[in-house]
Amino acid sequence: MAHQIMLAVIVLGALGIIFAVVLYFVAQKFKVIEDPLIDEIAEVLPGANCGGCGKAGCRALAEAFVKQGSMEGLKCPAGGDAVMQKVATLMGCTAEASEPQVAVVRCNACFTGERSKVHYDGLKDCSFANSLFMGENGCQFGCLGLGNCAAACQFDALVMDPETGAPKIDEDKCTACGACVKACPRGIIELRNKGRKNRRVFVNCVNKEKGAVARKTCDNACIGCGKCTKVCPKEAIKVENNLAYVDYNLCIACGKCVNECPTGALVAVNFTPVKPKPVETPAVEAPKADAPKVEINIPQPEPVEVKKNNE
Amino acid sequence: MGGVHPHDNKISTEAAIEQFPVPAQVVVLMNQHLGAPATPIVAKGDKVKVGQLIGEAQAFMCANVHSPVSGTVSKIDICKDPFGLAKPAIYIDVEGDEWMETIDRTPDIKRECNLEPKQIVDKLKEMGIVGLGGATFPAHIKYSVPEGKKAEYLIINAVECEPYLTSDHRVMLEHAEEICIGISILRKALGVPNAYIGIENNKPEPIRVMREMAAKFEGIIVEPLKLKYPQGAEKQLINAITGRRVPSGKLPIDVGCVVSNVGTTFAVYEAIQKNKPLIENILTVTGKKLPSQHNYQVRIGVSYNDIIKHSIGELPETTGKVISGGPMMGKAMCNLDGPTVKGASSVLVIDESEAVRAKESNCIRCGKCMHACPMGLEPYLFSALIKNGRYEEAGAHNILDCIECGCCFFSCPANKPLLDEVRLGKNKYRGILAAKKK
Repeated sequence: MAHQIMLAVIVLGALGIIFAVVLYFVAQKFKVIEDPLIDEIAEVLPGANCGGCGKAGCRALAEAFVKQGSMEGLKCPAGGDAVMQKVATLMGCTAEASEPQVAVVRCNACFTGERSKVHYDGLKDCSFANSLFMGENGCQFGCLGLGNCAAACQFDALVMDPETGAPKIDEDKCTACGACVKACPRGIIELRNKGRKNRRVFVNCVNKEKGAVARKTCDNACIGCGKCTKVCPKEAIKVENNLAYVDYNLCIACGKCVNECPTGALVAVNFTPVKPKPVETPAVEAPKADAPKVEINIPQPEPVEVKKNNE
Repeated sequence: MGGVHPHDNKISTEAAIEQFPVPAQVVVLMNQHLGAPATPIVAKGDKVKVGQLIGEAQAFMCANVHSPVSGTVSKIDICKDPFGLAKPAIYIDVEGDEWMETIDRTPDIKRECNLEPKQIVDKLKEMGIVGLGGATFPAHIKYSVPEGKKAEYLIINAVECEPYLTSDHRVMLEHAEEICIGISILRKALGVPNAYIGIENNKPEPIRVMREMAAKFEGIIVEPLKLKYPQGAEKQLINAITGRRVPSGKLPIDVGCVVSNVGTTFAVYEAIQKNKPLIENILTVTGKKLPSQHNYQVRIGVSYNDIIKHSIGELPETTGKVISGGPMMGKAMCNLDGPTVKGASSVLVIDESEAVRAKESNCIRCGKCMHACPMGLEPYLFSALIKNGRYEEAGAHNILDCIECGCCFFSCPANKPLLDEVRLGKNKYRGILAAKKK
């Protein structure tokens, strides 16, 4: 009995030694030499693999950084400047400061009440519904409300509001990775600069129809009247195809255009209301104030991203 | 292979085709066919007559559009189609009913046709004839057989396997001779010896009528076919009549077949013999809860609301869906102000109780969808692949061969929206292919 046990130990032991030797030489032969910097950079990246940088994942971005040897053209939108600073230290170069961005849903979509003209019971997928019909709220350009964007968001920053049926963005959580922008088949979501004190002015509509038709479809549609372009001191607003667009690089968030807009398609977010208005267009009233800059709103940024004036 | 047996619900077979009155305004869409939209050649304020060319085909894959009414062009603008999507259109305010002088409006049947095959195809193009089976494929392209290929069979699709629809049924009963003349013309255009009319077995009356009529013509054979959905799908019909199979990604002409709908042959007769462009459709208005069932000859561009108002007054209160086309392949409409187009075959009103989708549950891998699929595909697999965004793999499993008949969805005990998913997958895969080409 003891003999057999000994035999087994010796045979297995010998096999083990042989394999160890073979493996050692194989490992030497097929050694992959990798820059340890890649690991270090991958370590400081968020690790969400969101794909916002355009690479397959965080490690792929780290490899790209090392391969390129500079930070030019590469950026981790999810991590933002803080992460880029860390990467820059590791790489031994300087990171260019960039304007922080946030995703913005440019539609007044509301799927309740009169706006909901038809009921859709097909596959819950925006790009499929987009190929079938105009959408439940009757607008060929607007939000379909089936949540492709919310499904694409890896940071829980974009959720479908059960009350309105439309997507809602949590500004604090949004990393501007752009996944929702790609997911939306109608191109409603856009990455825009967060703006000073998080204040932003934008056209909350992408309807390119002529004014009268657009108005019939939606009360808050942009009708392309061009009033906003006339009051803008920085010429930041352009009207193309019956649709106004605010260039966020030029906009100084003065809010003049918002007061001018006859349909409420132009909205201003995170402007502190002068006095709390009970209902209707609180954001629209805000910039009228003579001294809007006195108010400090950084401690409590409004969580609501898209102001729905029609509610 | 495959197929299902939905209840045929052909409740409007007894309703003779009535002439639908001309409404006060029609909206003629510029893309009523497969391919590029036609280009408007009239301007606001122009007077037009019935049958006058108003939209010209300038691209290769395109068809002419003619005015279905006489009156004044009130505007050229976009119009929302029945699915709420904006399309270029011509609005015409109706004044009187003045037809082009070239159109022969006498009821006499004109049997002789002395045109050469090339002239026939040119005339089909001029008259804006498209396939009326649903795909609205421009007829002049279908009947210009590409070089190196030879047509051996002309197959006339009179199967009408979609439940509820009866427009083809009625046309066969009422216009059998015209259809046979139309078939003879198409046979001449292709230069094929025989034309086969495929009719499903559940239509004994049209089979009898067509047989009697076909006996008077040379080379027209009526083939009664087994009752099965989708017997009338192009590839299934070719297989049932010739025994040939259209390979994946190929067209019927690759196996020597040309398939046309029976409604198209009637339109061909009217175009070639009577100079009448495609300005009218035979449309079924049907539904279980409707007070009356109708088959109409309707001018193109009449809004669906007008049709409903005239035929049944108002939609029943319990209406769940109004479908353009049959219940299997048709699309529910969300904008009844939208106009009819060439190829529209029905207004099907489905009751609330039947319109609701059953709750979806998990796939139990029973394989019913595979058995039902007439193309031999694996819908359950597509569903899983598409849910995970693996469109290219779905493409490798021949997702583009799907004919969207809906048999998988119909047979699924878990009520999974298989067809929706496959359609999504097809769209995505086509997108990938297009991106690769660039």
